[in-house]
Amino acid sequence: MTKTNRKKIKRYMEGEVAGLSIFLIVIVIAFSLASPKFLTGANLSSMAIQLPELGLLTLAMLIPILSGGLNLSITYTANMSGLALAWTLQAFGGPEAGVEAFILGCVLAFSVGALSGFVIGFVVAYTKAHPILVSLSMMILMRGIGEFMSHGKDITGFPQFVQNIGQGEIGGIPIPLLVFIACAIVWHIILSRTRQGFGTYMLGSNIMATAYSGISTKRNLIILYTLSGLMCSVAGIIMLSRFNSVRVGHGESFLLITVLACFLGAVNPFGGFGRVVPVVLALIILQVLTSGLNILGSNQHLSTALWGIFLIAVMVLRWAWWRFSIKIK
Amino acid sequence: MIPVIQLSNISKTFGGVRALINIDFEVMPGEVHCLAGENGCGKSTLIKIISGVYTPDPGANFTLMGQEHKTLSPAQARRIGVGVIWQDHALFPEMSVAENIAIESFVGLKSKLVRHKNIKDVAQKVCERLGVSFDLDAQVKTLPIAQKQLIAICRVLVSDARIVFMDEPTASLTQSETKHLLDVVRTLTAENVAVVFVSHRLAEVLEIADRVTVLRDGKKVGVYDASEMTLAKLTEKMTGLTINPAVVGQNLTKNETVLEVKQISRTGEYKDISFSIARGEVVGITGLLGAGRTELALSLFGMTRPEQGQIYLDGKAVKFKSNLEAISSGVAYVSEDRLSLGLIQDQSIENNLISTVLDKTIVCGGLLSFKKKKAIVGHWIKELSVKLGSTSDAISTLSGGNQQKVAIAKWLATKPKLLILDAPTVGVDIGAREGIFKIVRDLASKGLSILLISDEVSEVYFNSNRVLHMSNGCIQKEYVPARCNISELEDAIYGKNI
Repeated sequence: MTKTNRKKIKRYMEGEVAGLSIFLIVIVIAFSLASPKFLTGANLSSMAIQLPELGLLTLAMLIPILSGGLNLSITYTANMSGLALAWTLQAFGGPEAGVEAFILGCVLAFSVGALSGFVIGFVVAYTKAHPILVSLSMMILMRGIGEFMSHGKDITGFPQFVQNIGQGEIGGIPIPLLVFIACAIVWHIILSRTRQGFGTYMLGSNIMATAYSGISTKRNLIILYTLSGLMCSVAGIIMLSRFNSVRVGHGESFLLITVLACFLGAVNPFGGFGRVVPVVLALIILQVLTSGLNILGSNQHLSTALWGIFLIAVMVLRWAWWRFSIKIK
Repeated sequence: MIPVIQLSNISKTFGGVRALINIDFEVMPGEVHCLAGENGCGKSTLIKIISGVYTPDPGANFTLMGQEHKTLSPAQARRIGVGVIWQDHALFPEMSVAENIAIESFVGLKSKLVRHKNIKDVAQKVCERLGVSFDLDAQVKTLPIAQKQLIAICRVLVSDARIVFMDEPTASLTQSETKHLLDVVRTLTAENVAVVFVSHRLAEVLEIADRVTVLRDGKKVGVYDASEMTLAKLTEKMTGLTINPAVVGQNLTKNETVLEVKQISRTGEYKDISFSIARGEVVGITGLLGAGRTELALSLFGMTRPEQGQIYLDGKAVKFKSNLEAISSGVAYVSEDRLSLGLIQDQSIENNLISTVLDKTIVCGGLLSFKKKKAIVGHWIKELSVKLGSTSDAISTLSGGNQQKVAIAKWLATKPKLLILDAPTVGVDIGAREGIFKIVRDLASKGLSILLISDEVSEVYFNSNRVLHMSNGCIQKEYVPARCNISELEDAIYGKNI
């Protein structure tokens, strides 16, 4: 192993990634000791199918948070994108629609997501309104349009190949999980290796100083919210294909969980710092907790409550660690 | 007489930087005590310790009004009678004069409710006591800076301050306003209130002070009776330099012109400004705070647009729509506000440094190359000899001088034609300042044109080929340091015999 490689791995293992990995290993061991059903193929594959929905929405939330903002419209933007695809498929014959219709529908779905993000970014960049307010307005707008046009009903009846996307596997790995992995890699590259990503981190720490350095913060904001919107579209399409239906309110409860997942993944809630890898680890931890508690027979609502306790505990532990590290200095 | 304040063995360490080292400090009732020293010598840190904002390192002893204290919180300090007038006044701009003055009388005291009726009475009483008058209903943000200063003084008196600290109170005042302020200070001392006056304007210090405590690089140099001090002696104590540095002698105006500004104006900021800078020339701009220096610099940097007049760069007329255009035409601006504009404090040294030249690290495929990034960062760290642990540390971990070097380096990396340095030594300790000016002279000798803005007259005088005096948004006069005395320039700025 070369010296730089060793250094790289060392840096990687430091801090958040190491902490989260250790915690993940501990809970996996704990659950597999507690129940023989935990480490079975069936459970693993059900986890692999459930993870991507929250995961994709969390990626959509991640970039705005890094810029010091938020995107509260992610779930409704995802469902509006899903609706755009659903209507296109229905217009072309519902279950009889062809691949061309699906592709057209996806283009429309992505347009909806991009437009939603673009508008948020544009308003945030030019009016300097707070992203919470702007994206909240977008959330209400998306929900209103969606409910108006779908009458709040489930839209269903899609071709078989669309369901295959949501429920199928390639090489034993569920397709939604593959999509999620691909998206996470793309996000990682954008954030660590592109001008856009660099600018996002910088403006998340101090937007004025970033502007003074000659980075176009307006452009960066518009692009980053558009990226967030596009990721919502991916989530919308995956949700449609997995449930074989679309409803405006799907995944509503995910919204705040995505913020917490980012936080658990050591993303600075005020912007400027955070990486994709720890966020993915955080998502896996949340999924393992849910599935594990489920197998142990706990009530679904109780496990939601346990997430809350867990996240509060993380906050307190981080604070304690921070105090401790100051002391030993 | 018992001293109002007696401190001993005060030290303060920030990270690895020792801002104060074993300071003893004592103020008698009714005394005007000056705390003198250059920027970064620890004056502000000392005030923050006395007012309870910072906790000193262990081993410190406080005796306030004859009582010993182990620790001090801001509220406690206030109760005992320590009043501080911060440099930015810390007023509430949206509230009225009366509310600002009386705020202490209804915050945190016995009554939980605000009695609006009393506010004006309280304010009025204090104004009479000080012999000043205001429109008590005016919103504070509409008033000039000198009035805000007086309001801040009235405010600390409401809570019966026994000792008042004034942090650089005259930095933005004109001569007559300064005179008025000094009169107010005398009124206070006549009432046996002690005043600690922090300033780096020595003439003023000698005029008003009974005693002077001089700090240098976090250490106490000594306490002196003002009557025994002269300007020259005090300067020597403050800077530790006895030799008079030489001025920049060369006349470079015959070199080709890099920047030429013709009669530019912007309402409320600057008016009818014309000047030029030749290749390799350092032109200084000095004047009081609020003279329009930074506003002018921001227009040259494309952040704002002049409403009239024309800017020429290398002979070509330019109209920058944004600072991006200014940067690509070769203008670089090192902000006076390193904390919030010049650098992104939380981010790493390397990210700050490449933020202006990110495009140079992009390789084919549009992806950032870590190797190139490292090369650029390494080059500039070495070039300006920045002292640091690791380039991935946050820039806030560096000392002021090293931060400023990074702030300059990030602009030099853009290979500018014109470098605007706005107050480059703010928060930089003396030792490191000389390093910054050495960089400035080196750059100029390599042909870079530099606009040096500073309110420290000696800085522009000793480092510029020409000096422009700016006040009220206009350039008053041009001085050539090689052909005039520094006191000529100082008199023009502060007015004679303050």
